[in-house]
Amino acid sequence: MNRTHLCTWIGGLLLLPCIIAAAESNSVLIQNVTIHPVTAADIQNGAVLVVDGKIAEIGTKLEAKSGARVIDGHGLQLYPGLINAATNVGLAEIEALRDTVDLDEVGLFNPELRAEIAFNPSSEHIDVTRASGITTVISLPGSGGRGGFGGGGGSVITGQGALMHLEGWTWEEMTVKPSAVMDMLFPEIQTVPRQFAAMMGTPPRTYAEEEKQYKERLRQVSDFFEQARRYAKAKSAGGPDFRSDVRLEAMIPVIEGKLPLLVRAEKEKMIKEAVEFADKEKVKIIIADPREIGSAGPLLKARNIPVVLGKTFQLPMRDDDPYDAPYTLPNDFYKAGVKICFGTFDVEFARNVPFEAAQAVAFGLPHDEALKALTINSAEILGAADKLGSIEKGKVADLILTDGDPMEAKTNIKQMFIAGREVNLESRHTREYERWMER
Amino acid sequence: MLRFKSRTGRSGADEAVRPTTAIVFMMATVGLCGAQTILIRNATVLTVTKGTVENGSVLIENGKVAAVGTNVSAPADATVVDATGKYLMPGIIDCHSHTAVEGSVNEGTVSDSSMVNIKDVINPYDINIYRALAGGLTVSNVLHGSANAIGGQTIVIKLRWGKTAPEMLFEGAKPGIKFALGENPKRQGYPQNFFSQGPAAEPRYPGTRMGVEEVIRASFTEAKNYQAEWKEYNERVARGEKPIPPRKDLRLEPLVEVMEGQRYVHAHCYRSDEILMLLRVADEMGFKIRTLQHVLEGYKVAKEIADHGAGASTFSDWWAYKIEAYDATPYNAAMMTRKGVVVSVNSDSDELQRHLNLEAAKVMRYGGLSETEALAMVTINPAKQLGIDDKVGSIEVGKSADLVLYDKHPLSNYSKALKVWIDGHEYFDRDKDLETRPKFEQQKKELLQKENAEKPKPAKEGRRL
Repeated sequence: MNRTHLCTWIGGLLLLPCIIAAAESNSVLIQNVTIHPVTAADIQNGAVLVVDGKIAEIGTKLEAKSGARVIDGHGLQLYPGLINAATNVGLAEIEALRDTVDLDEVGLFNPELRAEIAFNPSSEHIDVTRASGITTVISLPGSGGRGGFGGGGGSVITGQGALMHLEGWTWEEMTVKPSAVMDMLFPEIQTVPRQFAAMMGTPPRTYAEEEKQYKERLRQVSDFFEQARRYAKAKSAGGPDFRSDVRLEAMIPVIEGKLPLLVRAEKEKMIKEAVEFADKEKVKIIIADPREIGSAGPLLKARNIPVVLGKTFQLPMRDDDPYDAPYTLPNDFYKAGVKICFGTFDVEFARNVPFEAAQAVAFGLPHDEALKALTINSAEILGAADKLGSIEKGKVADLILTDGDPMEAKTNIKQMFIAGREVNLESRHTREYERWMER
Repeated sequence: MLRFKSRTGRSGADEAVRPTTAIVFMMATVGLCGAQTILIRNATVLTVTKGTVENGSVLIENGKVAAVGTNVSAPADATVVDATGKYLMPGIIDCHSHTAVEGSVNEGTVSDSSMVNIKDVINPYDINIYRALAGGLTVSNVLHGSANAIGGQTIVIKLRWGKTAPEMLFEGAKPGIKFALGENPKRQGYPQNFFSQGPAAEPRYPGTRMGVEEVIRASFTEAKNYQAEWKEYNERVARGEKPIPPRKDLRLEPLVEVMEGQRYVHAHCYRSDEILMLLRVADEMGFKIRTLQHVLEGYKVAKEIADHGAGASTFSDWWAYKIEAYDATPYNAAMMTRKGVVVSVNSDSDELQRHLNLEAAKVMRYGGLSETEALAMVTINPAKQLGIDDKVGSIEVGKSADLVLYDKHPLSNYSKALKVWIDGHEYFDRDKDLETRPKFEQQKKELLQKENAEKPKPAKEGRRL
C-alpha cells in the first residue's frame, strides 16, 4: 500500500463517524423530561422528537425513528430556548474599547444599516450568553444613547435590528430574521447637568436651547418620513426619472407598516409622543426600554402596541419614586393589558435576562407571564412566532434542558439545542475555570 | 467609582423635583422604633455559621441576638413577629460601596491622596441608603474611587436610615484605606475627557502599571522614614530629653497606621500581575493587604492571595466592560474559595447593592458552591474581611441583631425582603413602606402646588442648567 492509498484509507475511517453523525443528526428524540411548551400545559414524562431541525412530535411515548439519537432526560426540564429581545451582542466586544464597538453610526437617519452583517460570529459574548439558556437575541445597531460611542451619538434611526441564533459558523447561518425591528431613539429634551457637560467637553446649554433643538429634531423626523413616503409613491409609480436611494428604500417596509420601529422611550411623556407619532405617520411601533408607564397603558393597549422591557434591576428614576418602582414596572404593563417581553439593551449582561424577569415575578408579575415574556411573547412581538418561542409541532427546535426553573440562578442549563443541533455550552468563562483549577 | 460611566444610574437630574429632600427626610423618620424585646417566631433561620433552624425563633434583646432555636421563650412584653413560612438571615454586608458619599468619590489631583477621609463626606440623606436597606443590606464598607494609586481613608457604616452621619459609623470597625491598581489610576497619565473626545488634559503621573507600583513603594518608603523619626523622637522624650518633634504629615500618618496594623488596605485590582505586585510590595514593606477588591483575575493567583492572608471581594459576574476585565469569569468566587481564600461578593453600585443575595446565588451556578457558602459571600465572609465577624455576619447569640426577613429563600430569584432590623431596631418594613406611599404622594402634590403658585414667571432665556 503506497502512501496515497494509506491516506485515503485513514481519511475514509475518519470520515465515517461524521457521515453517521450527519445521518443521525437529522433526528433526535429527547425523552423522560417534563416539557414546558409555554403555549400549552406542561407534560410530565414527555418526549419530543426533532427531525431536520424542527419539532416533529410531542407526546409521552414517542417511537425513535431508526438512526435517531435518543437522549434520556432523566427527569430534567425541557423549555423552549429563551429569547433576549434587545441586546448589542455580536456588535460590541469590550465597551470601553471603541475599536471593538460597532454601535451608533454617524448620522441622524441610518435605516439602511443592518446589524446582521456586522454580527461577529466569534464574539466571546455568544458562548457566554447562551450558557444561560438563551438561544436567540435581537442585536441592535444602536446603544440607545447609553454609550455615546460613535461620532453621531445623536442618531434618531440607527438601523435594522436582527434576530440572531446564538449558533453558527457565519452570521448568515445565525440569522433568523435579518430585519426584525428598525431601531429608533425618539427625540427628547436632553438636559445635561453642568458637571456632565464639562466631562463631555460641551458647554452647558439652556433649557430654551435644548427645547429648540428638540423641536428641530421632530421636524427633521417628520420630514424624513415624508421623504420616505414620497419615495415609495414615486417608486410604485415607476416613472422614468425614478432613481433608487439606499436610505429611503430601507424605509419602505416601515412606512408600509410591515417593519416595526423599536422606539426607545423612557418616560411617560416620550411614550405618549411616540404613540402620537405612530398614529400620525401610520407606522407600527414597539416601545422599548421604558422606565415608567404613567397613564400610557390604555393608549398602548388600544393600539396593541407591545413593549420590550429593559432591565428590571435598575434604580428608580427619581429620588422620591417608590424603591421598588423598576421591579413592579413589568407587572404594571402586564396589568394594563400590554404585551411585554424582556431585553437587556447591552452586551455583557445579556445572559442575565432570565433574572430580570424573575425579579418582576418577585414583585407581582405572574410566573407564567414572565416565562412567556422570555419566549413566546418575544417571538410574537418580533414577528417570529411561526418559528420560535414555544415547544410546538413544526417550530424550530430551539430547546434547553435544565435541572430547574431557568429564571433561578441556582439552576443549571444542562444541554441546549439550536435548530435541532446540540450546542456546546462551554465558553471563555468555563475554559478559564477548567484551565486555572489545574494550577 | 469603578467605571467611567454608570450603567444603571442614569441621571434623573432633569426631573428637578424640589420637594425631594423633604420627602426623603419624611421617609427617613418612618419605621423607626426603639430598641425592644422582639421574638421572631416560626421562621426558617439561616444562621450561616450554625446551620439552618426550621421552625426557628430568634429573640432580640438590647439590640443583640439573645436566643436562637426551636423552643425560645420570650418575656410577656416582647413584640412577637410571626414569620411562618418566611426566611430569616443575617443582614447583608457589602465590602465595596460608594453609597452615601456626598459629591465626587475621588480626590483626583494627586496619585497619593491618603490624607482625605470619606468619613467627612457621608450624606445620611442619600436615598440609596434606604433603597439598599429595602434589599436587606445593613453594613457597607464605604470607599473612595479608584483614580489614585493610594486613595483616601475609608469607613464602615451601618445603614441606620434616619440617623446622622456620625450615628451611622460602625462602632469598633477598623478604618481602612483605598488603593487602586491598573487602568483606573494610570488613566490619569494619558487623560482624555469623559467620552474620549476633545482635547486631553495635562497628564498626571503615573501612566503605567510600573508607575503605580512606584507610587506605592515611594509613599511607604517615606512613611517608614517618618515612622522612624517619630520613634526616635518618642525614645528621646522617654529618656527625658526635650527634642523638637517631627513635623506632622497628614498624608503619611495613615500609611504608618497601615504598617502598624491599625488600618486595613482595600485594594482595587483586576489583573493577576498587579495583584501579585501589590502582595510583594506589601511583603517587602511589612504590611498586609486586608482585601483585594474586584480582583477579577484572582483565580489565577489564588494560592498567593491565600498565602498572604488577603481576602477577596469580587463581583458575581461582571466582565468585558474594559480590557482588564476580559479575562474575568463568574467562576472566580468559587475558584478562590476552593483554593482557600475568604471571598465576598460586593456591589460597587447603588443598584447592585439592592440584591446582593441574588448576586451571591450565582456562585451556586458558577462553580457549584453550597447554599451556605453562597450566603457566606454576603454575610460572614465580608464580616471577616472587615474584622467585624465577632459582631455581625451570622445569627448567633451575642451578635448584633442585624437581621433580614424574606418571603422566600433569599437565594431564590423570586424572594424579596420584608423586614430589616439593625441592632434590634426595625429600619425597613415593606408593609409600612406600602402604607405610607399615598401619604407621600399627597404631600408631594401639595408641595408642588405650593411651589407652582409661588413660582415667578420664567425669564425668556431660561436658567442655565
